[in-house]
Amino acid sequence: MTTPAPTAALDLAARFPGAVTPDERPSYSGWMVDKAKLLEFAAFVRDELGYDLLSSITGVDYLDDEKMEVVYHAYKTTGGPALVFKVQIPRVDPVEVPSLTPIWPGAELQEREAWDLLGIKFNGHPDLRRILMWEGFEGHPLRKDWQEPFYEEDNKPFKSRWPDGQFSTAEDKNPYNDNLQYPQKFDPEKWVPEADAALYGALAKYTEIDDESGLKTDRVVVNLGPQHPSTHGVFRAVVVMDGETILSLKPVMGYLHRNHEKIGERNTFLQNMPYTDRLDYFCSMTNNFGYALAVEKLMGVEVAERAEYIRVIMSELTRIQNHLILIGMLLNDLGTYFTPALYAFEERELILDIFEEASGSRMMCNYYRFGGVVRDIPEETLQKIKDLVFDRLPRKIDEMDRFLSENEVLVSRLKDVGVLSAEDAIRYSMSGPSLRASGVPYDVRRADPYGIYDRFDFDVAVRYNGDTFDRYMIRIDEMRQSLRILEQAVKQIPGGPFMTGKPMYQVRVPAGEAFGRIEAPKGELGFYVVSTGKPNPWRYHVRAPSFINMTVLEKMCEGSKIADFVAIFGSIDVVLGEMDR
Amino acid sequence: MYGKGILKGLSVTLKRFVDTYLDDLVWLVQGKKRYNSPEGIAHRSSKNARGIFTIQYPEEKLPMPEEFRYVPFLVYDEAEDGEKNVRCTSCGICAKVCPPQCIWIVRTNDPQTGRPVPEPAEFYIDADICMNCGFCAEYCPFDAIKMDHDYEIASYNRNVLNMEQLLKPASYYAEIRPLNYQREEEARLAKEAAKAAKAAAA
Repeated sequence: MTTPAPTAALDLAARFPGAVTPDERPSYSGWMVDKAKLLEFAAFVRDELGYDLLSSITGVDYLDDEKMEVVYHAYKTTGGPALVFKVQIPRVDPVEVPSLTPIWPGAELQEREAWDLLGIKFNGHPDLRRILMWEGFEGHPLRKDWQEPFYEEDNKPFKSRWPDGQFSTAEDKNPYNDNLQYPQKFDPEKWVPEADAALYGALAKYTEIDDESGLKTDRVVVNLGPQHPSTHGVFRAVVVMDGETILSLKPVMGYLHRNHEKIGERNTFLQNMPYTDRLDYFCSMTNNFGYALAVEKLMGVEVAERAEYIRVIMSELTRIQNHLILIGMLLNDLGTYFTPALYAFEERELILDIFEEASGSRMMCNYYRFGGVVRDIPEETLQKIKDLVFDRLPRKIDEMDRFLSENEVLVSRLKDVGVLSAEDAIRYSMSGPSLRASGVPYDVRRADPYGIYDRFDFDVAVRYNGDTFDRYMIRIDEMRQSLRILEQAVKQIPGGPFMTGKPMYQVRVPAGEAFGRIEAPKGELGFYVVSTGKPNPWRYHVRAPSFINMTVLEKMCEGSKIADFVAIFGSIDVVLGEMDR
Repeated sequence: MYGKGILKGLSVTLKRFVDTYLDDLVWLVQGKKRYNSPEGIAHRSSKNARGIFTIQYPEEKLPMPEEFRYVPFLVYDEAEDGEKNVRCTSCGICAKVCPPQCIWIVRTNDPQTGRPVPEPAEFYIDADICMNCGFCAEYCPFDAIKMDHDYEIASYNRNVLNMEQLLKPASYYAEIRPLNYQREEEARLAKEAAKAAKAAAA
């Protein structure tokens, strides 16, 4: 499914004369759109060309050119490559771009992120507030001239480590012995957080009551989290309720924020690999995969044949163990404490044993390298995989299905709860199993195949009701499809080298941009990498499915009961390490 | 019938409960130890495990696969007179490749000439910052730094390891990673043989 690029090229430049030009920088692709025409262009792309899924929005700070750039990736839900378009604006505050939320409501959280981290103002955004950084924070950390409190050098490796590496800790350099940086004239004693006022202000329209009946009623605002067992970490949802019914909610996140992307831009290309493990810490193998794909695109290396198979095997095992946890934890949220969770963990342990034997670590695998994988899988490990794939896992997935899917309590808690229509799912940039549970058969493995996924015979699991029960069932379907892929992969895996070329600790990455995306267990995971030919990436952006899938949470919860919130939230499948980055 | 699904589900749980004790009985009759024995642990973490699955840490411990990696250590070869020959040449590759930059090396300089000597004067690893990624061991050209298997290093203070704490003999390395050690020794001997052959030819 390839879009004929040349004809599309003619169309777009001719359709918007003067306002749209091809991006002609070497190793860049896509379109440069004039900011005045952006909304018109986006509407055209969505309605006339059929690019209905806005996957990623991010910004790049081209400090040397005095430019800021906003990069958009749009896809067709019927499959095919991306339409990339960009807007460039002078790097003078205020950096302003029209918001795309009227065209794609799914842009909301991503635009807030770009505002927070890069200081790009999106005009017309309904609720442009900081999202990941704390309220009193000053500056925009992903700007290239921003420096963190323990700033040492722009890029690793730091010169202080060798050859005269006299040890010192970072804390020693800071008079306060911590890494907080306050704005000038900031007094923590007197500070009143304005952001909470802004947050409740954003919800104010729901708390105003038209008092027609004459009854004295009140809307209640409830903070779910950040310390709440069912939010899977430190996630907070501010919920406005009428009685027990949710009228609206705002997700509040960033409690686990560490500015992964800034760290990534300080690191060398290779050094980023173990950091990607820590995004979605359940699925480090797939995180590695996405990042390796993006950098391999830039480097233009071919992946060794055996490594391609190993990658598929590891990714599908990751998908199975992730879905197992999701099901176990969803049941935990519903109140069936720990029996299903522990059953799920048993199978997961066996899969983690395999990861440990192959990579050396159960969760932080750091297994992929550019051009292959770090080491071969031993023969006995391959045998273990075969045992699991052909014998134990099919049995256990059936058992899980038998154990849960017909349970009346589960069914009545999940059926027709948090219904998300296919149209809304697409508009809100949903991805992954939750999108497919709403009846959109969009799977990156099929729609835009990467690696060697085009060689395998499998079905894209899809369910049509879009309720929480379907989001649960689709996980079971997907595990079965993953087993199908695994069966083929372990049968077909060839011998030979597991890595192209010699392992190098300092890889050469030519200048350019690349977007590597994969179907991670939680959704579409993308890595947008810009290289200037130096050892460190100029821009490193993660399109995190856990984060972007939160955009639709408000829509899904509207009209549900407060007790259903945990079920809906649990069924989307998020990990805070990835959401907050 | 309402409740059928619940009963069906509970039967799965009941089966597990029964399986646990059934297996206990089978092992008892066979005269084998199901708990606190390597054999029992291996069984409980195999694909044939049914019923109880847990390992009673710290009384029981899962065996570690060879590739398991934890905070690195430095390898030294033991000379016959008991002297420690540190393999590290302080080339600095590990410090450069380290993602969290937790390796600090002071290179030795010859006091007379001032030129660098291939031996570290000081070597620090901040184990609190180390992310156990294994890059240092992977890219070390001298097989001088390796990942350890000892994961019980919790402490009340900051874990900054100096050279003394980091150095471990090659025999220890051979013990925890026999296959890797063997492969590296073979490669080294082959290299030396090739060098000797070249010298003999010249």
